[in-house]
Amino acid sequence: MSQQAVLYDVPGPRQRRLTLIFSLVAVVLLLAGAYFLIYRPLHAKGQLSMDLWGPLIDPGNENFSSVWDRIAVGVRHTLIAAALAIVSSLAIGTLLAVLRLQLKELGRRRFLGFAAPVPILLRVLSAVLSAITRVCVEVFRGLPVVITIFFVARGFPEFGITLNTLWYLVIGLTVYNAVVIAEILRSGMEGLPAGQREAAATIGMSPLQTTRMILLPQAFRIMLPALISQLVVVLKDTSLGFIISYEELLNIGKQIIGVLGNPIQVYVVIAVLFITVNYSLSKLAQYLQRRLARGRKTATIAARLPPPPAATAAADEVRVGR
Amino acid sequence: VSVLIDKFDVFAGGFWLTLQACVLAAIGALVLGAVVAVLRISPVPPLRAVGTAYVTVFRNMPLTVVMFFAAFGLPAIGSNADFLRIPLLDSLFTRLGTDLPYFRFALIALVLYTAAFVCEALRSGVNAVPAGQAEAARSLGLTFGQNLRYVVLPQSWKASVVPLGSVIIAMIKNSALMGFFGVVGDLSQTADQLTSAEGYAFIPVAIGISIGYLIMTVPLGAFLDRIERRQAMAR
Repeated sequence: MSQQAVLYDVPGPRQRRLTLIFSLVAVVLLLAGAYFLIYRPLHAKGQLSMDLWGPLIDPGNENFSSVWDRIAVGVRHTLIAAALAIVSSLAIGTLLAVLRLQLKELGRRRFLGFAAPVPILLRVLSAVLSAITRVCVEVFRGLPVVITIFFVARGFPEFGITLNTLWYLVIGLTVYNAVVIAEILRSGMEGLPAGQREAAATIGMSPLQTTRMILLPQAFRIMLPALISQLVVVLKDTSLGFIISYEELLNIGKQIIGVLGNPIQVYVVIAVLFITVNYSLSKLAQYLQRRLARGRKTATIAARLPPPPAATAAADEVRVGR
Repeated sequence: VSVLIDKFDVFAGGFWLTLQACVLAAIGALVLGAVVAVLRISPVPPLRAVGTAYVTVFRNMPLTVVMFFAAFGLPAIGSNADFLRIPLLDSLFTRLGTDLPYFRFALIALVLYTAAFVCEALRSGVNAVPAGQAEAARSLGLTFGQNLRYVVLPQSWKASVVPLGSVIIAMIKNSALMGFFGVVGDLSQTADQLTSAEGYAFIPVAIGISIGYLIMTVPLGAFLDRIERRQAMAR
């Protein structure tokens, strides 16, 4: 909004008149467009009839309660999968971020005070470990989540591990999102002023202690908006459960459609449910971002950091893509 | 491992189809996203509301739902998305012109979904231009259009490149979904086909498919990282 206001002057009487005229024309055109492109085709095919909408919006309909019971089951399953995936990817993502930082730290050490071949071996080992984690991160970040979930569901039984589909979905989502969260946290920790780490070293903290007590808490706070956007992504991706026939919202929707034959209506309801939840989550992220921007001491740090893309672009997918 | 060699043409074909879909969807999403972005910063309130509503709806809805709308909703109102059978284009991208509409449906869903993110990337670029620039332009008497064209957009472009690239990478990955919506022969459907129907060993197929996607996403990501680093230095 701030930038928009700068693009044009505060309108004078003539400009206001013009804007009003343009607005009216735009509204008329939009209404006409909606009528001809949306209402007419829908009406012509009888998609607006109560036969199709009734089970979803009319409490008096015979199917109303059973349909919504099923939808409630779907919502519950979606939320369960999302919650499990969020918790596990946060936990694993944090561990991965710390691990990568520690390995990098280890790579810088010279290991003086060991006998001749040991330092070189240790340095090679740390370099190898660091390279392996790096490759894992790049691979899992570069693969589509659908493919990861599909591979988990197809691959695990191949090795004799058969689980509930819920767990395939959760594992697939975790593999991908843990890596993304690890990258978010890592960039948060590396973006902190060097003084933080140096001060911790001066008072005698080990690298692990520094990470745990100094860097990680600050990174969490700075990257909170990006993390919440990522949670929205997890919730959205839970809908991929339908490809491995986990009974989440979309799958339930498919079952309902199979009985009642009203795809458009059911998907409208599902879309509204998703939009409501995700929209409130992104509003929460915005609110947190604003709170972080004022007050808090870290605000000055956050301002000096190159703004985290996910936070500035406000595009949930921005971080994901990278 | 022999499946990688025996079925190389299948993998290559899957890669090629996915790439086609990505190129087409990227073009569509960039155009539509730019239109929505213009709507969102325009001085006419109803247009702004439409732009905002579009972004809110499509950003908060899973792509899966958009795909379902395209694949089941469009046929329900009797459309086969035939308007995408663009005469010259469909000889280059043959899938656009086939009688099976699923490729076109998947394309529509991808474009609609990605455009919302493209719009946000472009807008974040506009917001990254210091307010003083637009103010100075205005005080010189430039109109809204001139202001955008000569002052704001040339600068915002720089700030939008990296977010836009991220959106495109995400779109490439999202395109994997189309294999589960009736599109035959893209990378993800190839994975399904080879492992379940033709009974090839899982691991080699998984490796082949992964390589197919990584070829597209990893270099693009590395390239973006480089641009980002160079921009950070310039700043």
